[in-house]
Amino acid sequence: MSASIQPSLAPAKNLAVAASLGRSRRRGDVLARGLSLAATAIGLVFLVSILVTLFYKGFNAMNLSVFTEVTRPPGSNGGLLNAIVGSVIQVALGTAIGTPIGLLVGTYLAEYARGSAFGGVVRFVSDILLSAPSILIGLFVYSLLVLPFGGFSGWAGVAALAIIIVPIVVRTTEDMLSLIPNTLREAVIGLGAPKWKMIVLVCWRSAIPGIITGVLLGIARIAGETAPLLFTSLGNNAWSTDLSQPMPSLPITIYSYAGSPFQDWIELAWAGALVITLAVLGLNIAARSLFSGKK
Amino acid sequence: MSQAVASPLGAKPAAARRGNIGDPIFELACRAAGAGVLLLLGGIIVSLFMGGLPAFQKFGIEFLWSTEWDPVTEVFGAGVSIYGTLVTAILAILMAVPVAFGVAFTLTELAPEWMRRPVGTAVELLAAVPSIIYGMWGFFLIAPLMSQYVQPALIDSLGELPGIGFLFQGPPFGTGIFTAALILAIMILPFIAATMRDVFQQVPPVFKESAYGLGCTTWEVMKGVVLPYTRVSVAGGVMLGLGRALGETMAVTFVIGNANRITTTLFGPGNTIASVVALEFGESEAGSLKLSALLALGFVLFVISFIVLATSRYLLRSRLKG
Repeated sequence: MSASIQPSLAPAKNLAVAASLGRSRRRGDVLARGLSLAATAIGLVFLVSILVTLFYKGFNAMNLSVFTEVTRPPGSNGGLLNAIVGSVIQVALGTAIGTPIGLLVGTYLAEYARGSAFGGVVRFVSDILLSAPSILIGLFVYSLLVLPFGGFSGWAGVAALAIIIVPIVVRTTEDMLSLIPNTLREAVIGLGAPKWKMIVLVCWRSAIPGIITGVLLGIARIAGETAPLLFTSLGNNAWSTDLSQPMPSLPITIYSYAGSPFQDWIELAWAGALVITLAVLGLNIAARSLFSGKK
Repeated sequence: MSQAVASPLGAKPAAARRGNIGDPIFELACRAAGAGVLLLLGGIIVSLFMGGLPAFQKFGIEFLWSTEWDPVTEVFGAGVSIYGTLVTAILAILMAVPVAFGVAFTLTELAPEWMRRPVGTAVELLAAVPSIIYGMWGFFLIAPLMSQYVQPALIDSLGELPGIGFLFQGPPFGTGIFTAALILAIMILPFIAATMRDVFQQVPPVFKESAYGLGCTTWEVMKGVVLPYTRVSVAGGVMLGLGRALGETMAVTFVIGNANRITTTLFGPGNTIASVVALEFGESEAGSLKLSALLALGFVLFVISFIVLATSRYLLRSRLKG
């Protein structure tokens, strides 16, 4: 607030000094603006470069058998069907388990724990989990569900994804509920409704577009998660919908195929990468437009 | 309802009773879910620590800086991967923060109104791209570019400098610490930029208008008013980015070169805690000392991330309240 403004406050000794001061200040301004625009351009170039690479390599490798065939040994025209189905199952179950828990925690923080110390701790921990490395969630579920129950399983993958989506739903639920004016709550209570009815029938209903946005963003996040699944559902090259067995998933298949020495596997990995990125970015855009439309 | 009007005293307890059954149940469910989150974090800490305990007992505190990692003789140390984790994350921050600041400056002050939303969304989409996609993109596109053009150019120019030249020497593999840090920088850029944009927008317009009224340029307003007003939150955003960079797994695993040694040159291969855990996990049996060493690495990563993320949250607390 001080140093940079002072030159303009001080009366100029003479016009020449004032003019040169103005020139150097303007040069600084132009330089800063130019660099900032360049930085923004760099950021956009990265996004465009990723998308162009994905579309170019992905479309070259894309054909119907990607969606109709299961993974096969290199050279035998396999597809990604089992990986896609496995991912859909695990993400759907993970969302179905994680969302209600996150909703309840977010409700607790917004409706019951305003200003309470315990609520503050829960909020802090939830925010830490939101940014905690997902690989640690994988290690945790590994020691909790894989080691004691004697093997990798789809359920362990579901548990890891559910844990990852909880803090995302918590954050949006609390944010959305705290936007609801207190007069609305007072009006409902004033009508004699119990608090739980006020929350479920009025607060949740008002907050639902925002909460759905959060859930969609959460789905987008867990759909691309790879690291936690390495330690939980492991991956499987066969068709499997048995959640008590190791289960294939798209990110894990992409990971192992992209690192393989076989050209057709690498191409399949690009096709899978395109599928998953389109799904994730599509969910993101859908979530954003839903929210801005309802607002 | 007519009954309630006729005899309010008789009807009210019935309604209250119905409410009283639902209310405690619902509150208990919410409270239990909240406690569950605490249990979750506690469970992560305890399980990683208990899992890593055999390794901590065997190697003692030296585990943290020993640079040996030999599965054959069962000697494990975290030195190299902790070094790699910190170096890549800090380099990524150094590269990402100026760019993120530029993006936030553009989005809050420079860009015309119609451009802000699409550009902001595009930058946020960069955050949504799964990390494995960054890994493939980095491995198949960026690493070859690095080894053919960027690294030879840096070796010929910066590598000749006295003092810091040693950082930019050695063969241009393409993969390595520097490339990993670059990919990490791109991945955390949107998080830092979004936080900076949000806090820049919270500066009361009257402050900026007064400075403009005194004849300040846009850059002077940013440097003299907006940045001093928001510097604590900006530091929080940077810490948030650092926290993300520390634990990133898949992208780093693709491009870091995966070698258990500390090289003085930034172009050399290395590893990070997350990449070691992801790569070595498949070859470690349940109950083995190696698995325990990997869980111990996870515990170390957790402690580092926790400190960084807690600091970030502390610095951003004023924003959270507002």
